[in-house]
Amino acid sequence: MTIMKILKPGMYTTIQDIGRYNHQKSGMSVSGAMDQFSLRVANILVGNIDSEACLETMLFGLKIKFEGDALIAVTGGDLMPMINNKAIDMWSGVKVLDGDELSFGTVKNGCRSYIAIEHGIDVPEVMGSKSTYVKGKVGGFEGRMLKAGDEINIGSLDENNFNSIKKLPIELIPSYSKDNIVRVVMGPQEDYFTEDGINTFLDCAYEVTNEADRMGYRLSGTKISHKAFADIISDAVTMGSVQVPGDGAPIIMMADRQTTGGYTKIATIITPDINIVGQLKPGDSVRFKLIDIEEAHRIYRKYMKDFDEIRGCVAKLGCTTISGRKFKVRVNNKEYEVIVEEIK
Amino acid sequence: MYEEVKYLIAGDRAIVIEFGDEIEEQVNSKIRSLTVAIDQEGVIGINETIPTYRSLMVIYDPMIMELDELIGVIKSIITRMHELKLPEAKVIEIPTLYGGEYGPDIEYVADHNKISIDEVIKIHTEMEYLIYMIGFTPGFPYLGGMSDKIEAPRLQNPRTKIPVGSVGIAGKQTGIYPVESPGGWQLIGRTPVKLYDPYRKDPVLLNAGDYIKFVQIDESEFKNIEALELEGKYKVTVRKI
Repeated sequence: MTIMKILKPGMYTTIQDIGRYNHQKSGMSVSGAMDQFSLRVANILVGNIDSEACLETMLFGLKIKFEGDALIAVTGGDLMPMINNKAIDMWSGVKVLDGDELSFGTVKNGCRSYIAIEHGIDVPEVMGSKSTYVKGKVGGFEGRMLKAGDEINIGSLDENNFNSIKKLPIELIPSYSKDNIVRVVMGPQEDYFTEDGINTFLDCAYEVTNEADRMGYRLSGTKISHKAFADIISDAVTMGSVQVPGDGAPIIMMADRQTTGGYTKIATIITPDINIVGQLKPGDSVRFKLIDIEEAHRIYRKYMKDFDEIRGCVAKLGCTTISGRKFKVRVNNKEYEVIVEEIK
Repeated sequence: MYEEVKYLIAGDRAIVIEFGDEIEEQVNSKIRSLTVAIDQEGVIGINETIPTYRSLMVIYDPMIMELDELIGVIKSIITRMHELKLPEAKVIEIPTLYGGEYGPDIEYVADHNKISIDEVIKIHTEMEYLIYMIGFTPGFPYLGGMSDKIEAPRLQNPRTKIPVGSVGIAGKQTGIYPVESPGGWQLIGRTPVKLYDPYRKDPVLLNAGDYIKFVQIDESEFKNIEALELEGKYKVTVRKI
């Protein structure tokens, strides 16, 4: 077993997987990675199942020492990752050796980086997930953000099965910019808004304010007008819900959102584009583009199938495989046991 | 209650099935029936449901099910759900120590309503409160049915830290804080019972559709129950309605 020792905790560094499902009826937040594309690809690059837990860190400052060898991959926003002060490639497997230090500079683009480790992070699943929900003091490492001195068991480098490094083809690497467009479907409460209000929402650019965290992103910009009421009888909230309270400024609900809320929700961001939001930081801007639900589903299906293709094409590029390993895979919240056989 | 159920789109993986636009027991009981019915039917492609006051969010997998197909399945479940035998609602007793350092605002609530502290406790413990939904934080019950004789406005300056188990009043609502959090409710007491423990087999004690009844205890009973809870040995009293 290799140990990952936290020398500097960076900003809001937590352990996250794809999220804690099936407990929202009890008020449990889903949590999970803010940018699930980057999480999944990081896992694919080290040969894990897509849903394995990674470290999520933001903006700058994280520094980790490895005690033992490991295979890692860093994806997501570019926070200038280095090993022993030498820049490393992102979106690529990276071998680290006993005593190596992985550190991050400051953010060049995006907001959040993900660090996957071959064979994953050894923390217990709580309610079916390793994700940290800080407010509920649950999951991850002791239910909290990481701090200096923490020592976490992680998978070691599998030297016998190590063939070569996998890389994501360059054309598949997302580019993060200051100005963004995210696609939405209207609803569930679009009838609470005036026609003007809806037009404003779809025509104007909104800026991410300083109140932007794992729970939600408060935006500023042209006020969105309601017909009469901004409050509703509390109902369920989902990832990417765009709430508009009485002040007319939208709030995007993110991974650590509360399960229910009493504000009108004008629209919901489609799943693949929530990953864009997870990479926004204060000062960045976002525009909302309307699509219909049929198109949203076409996009969703392609997005999910793309992960299979990514898995296929990184395998062709690199071809690292692990022989005869058993995995537990969660698909649509049902668990399957899968055996992966070596191919050469 | 609406004459026709509404199906609202909430993104590419969820819909909201809305039965009405009021906080009302009959509407809420439809939500409970539908939640149980969907559970029992075990529809492949439905991943999770979130029941609230007057609607149910259904989270589905668009890789398995088209929206039209999903709505069709739910409509058919709704037409059949009256045949369903619902599990009987339970009453869960919540032992509560009122007043003193555990309920620093009870005097305010009494003065505000021009009654004595004992009367506040009597009225608060008389009712069986319906759990309309669980939300906001893990295990927080939204309760209905508090008497307007003990209502009180929220604090002007919310407290930054409210201890776990605090029982409070805000307007016409009463509730219990399952996790330490900031809040503006008037605190009238505290329960040693853990509503939320992520490391317990059932992390959340309460379920929507059941009822709770507050039962007054003294400080020594509070300490006893608290000690039992620490060892995971306390069992709440559960009765039929």
